[in-house]
Amino acid sequence: MRALDLEYMLGLVPVILGYVPLTLAMASVSMVLALIIASLLAVERVVRVPVLDRLVVLFISFFRGTPLLVQLFLFYYGLPQVFSVLTQINGVTAAIMGLTLHFSAYMAESIRAAIVGVDRSQWEASQAVGMTQIQMMRRIILPQAARVAAPTLVNYFIDMIKGTSLAFTLGVTEMMGATQKEAAGSFLYFEAFVVVAILYWIIVEALSFVQRLLEERLNKAYAR
Amino acid sequence: MIRLEGLTKRFGNNTVLASIDLQIEAGERIVVIGPSGTGKSTLLRCINFLDRPDAGIISIGDLTVDAARATRKDILALRRRTAFVFQNYSLFANKTARENITEALVTVHGQSRAQAEARADTILGETGLSDKAGSYPAALSGGQQQRVGIGRAMALDADLMLFDEPTSALDPEWVGEVLDLMRRVAESRQTMLIVTHEMQFAREIAHRVIFMEGGRIVEQGRPEAIFDDPQDQRTRDFLRRVT
Repeated sequence: MRALDLEYMLGLVPVILGYVPLTLAMASVSMVLALIIASLLAVERVVRVPVLDRLVVLFISFFRGTPLLVQLFLFYYGLPQVFSVLTQINGVTAAIMGLTLHFSAYMAESIRAAIVGVDRSQWEASQAVGMTQIQMMRRIILPQAARVAAPTLVNYFIDMIKGTSLAFTLGVTEMMGATQKEAAGSFLYFEAFVVVAILYWIIVEALSFVQRLLEERLNKAYAR
Repeated sequence: MIRLEGLTKRFGNNTVLASIDLQIEAGERIVVIGPSGTGKSTLLRCINFLDRPDAGIISIGDLTVDAARATRKDILALRRRTAFVFQNYSLFANKTARENITEALVTVHGQSRAQAEARADTILGETGLSDKAGSYPAALSGGQQQRVGIGRAMALDADLMLFDEPTSALDPEWVGEVLDLMRRVAESRQTMLIVTHEMQFAREIAHRVIFMEGGRIVEQGRPEAIFDDPQDQRTRDFLRRVT
């Protein structure tokens, strides 16, 4: 067993940190888009618009039923061969598309469950004061469902941050891609991947802290 | 004036409302009494389509809705002319007491936030809850929650206020304050249709008492007539059991 090259590891930290913004940007953009799509899918699953419901079920089934990596390859390498407009698609865009659609399918299910779990009294009170379906969802039901779904959604965000590492297979130099390049130059694979693992870990831990603050905030209305 | 004609509701084979006819004058206060499971709550809930009636006509002022053909628009229109007070309060759990009152004023009736808040503060004053304006329902007692529930209904200036057993879920210690508030609402000449088991309160507040059983109106009249000299055997039996 050889000794760890600590100096190399320390030197690598700022290099990889330089790619943290790209990783977080991909994850954040995907998260925002996925939340919007997932909420729409979830509301549709609750309201069940004829025909559209079938398509939504199919969408969710496909994006939950196939691996993220397969979806990313499909978007980046596959689709441009069929649709020439997509030949300009870059790795970052393809990664954001893949992450968004993949996770929106999962998130739709947990948001749907949270919506259905909102007490019947809340639906009836909204109806009784004359709200439209959309007003009821936006003002009363979704905010309450958000509180229930929040922990799961943060979990998906964490998964998403780690999922951005797959973008390196699309030629994107993000944290993982940068580490891979550094390691290939130095041959110190163990050191390099330990460093990147720890950095991912720290990011996720920081996020867990934010999660606790978020949950406190969302629970504020329900404290006795 | 409010008019119900042939209002009918079935759950499966079970007819819960058997062709109810009822006229309510503006400012009239009607209390509906009767054994549980006889359609009293369903009657209220059919008027604003919380339960969809199978047949019948509901008309409030110049709005007439045929239940069998009611569109989404008709239903919203009915709901916007009525206000509903729930047995279990049903306050919006994610809104403060004040927001519970302003919510529909802003979202549904298009009032400005300032206008709605001014109204809410007046009502919170009338309901004795000014110091609870910023409290969420979970932090309020049952009595306080129901007073907010009534306040939310008052704010709507509805043609008809529906009360579905507003004190039945309350601990006895909170019943008095809720009934007091309902007396205050009555003083404002608000048209009220109340389902309750508080017989003393019914006698005192009602212009007319309706006794329902088996989805039908069995007997109705002035409170003294119903309570002191009931004509139908079923009314007599019921009143003997509850008093």
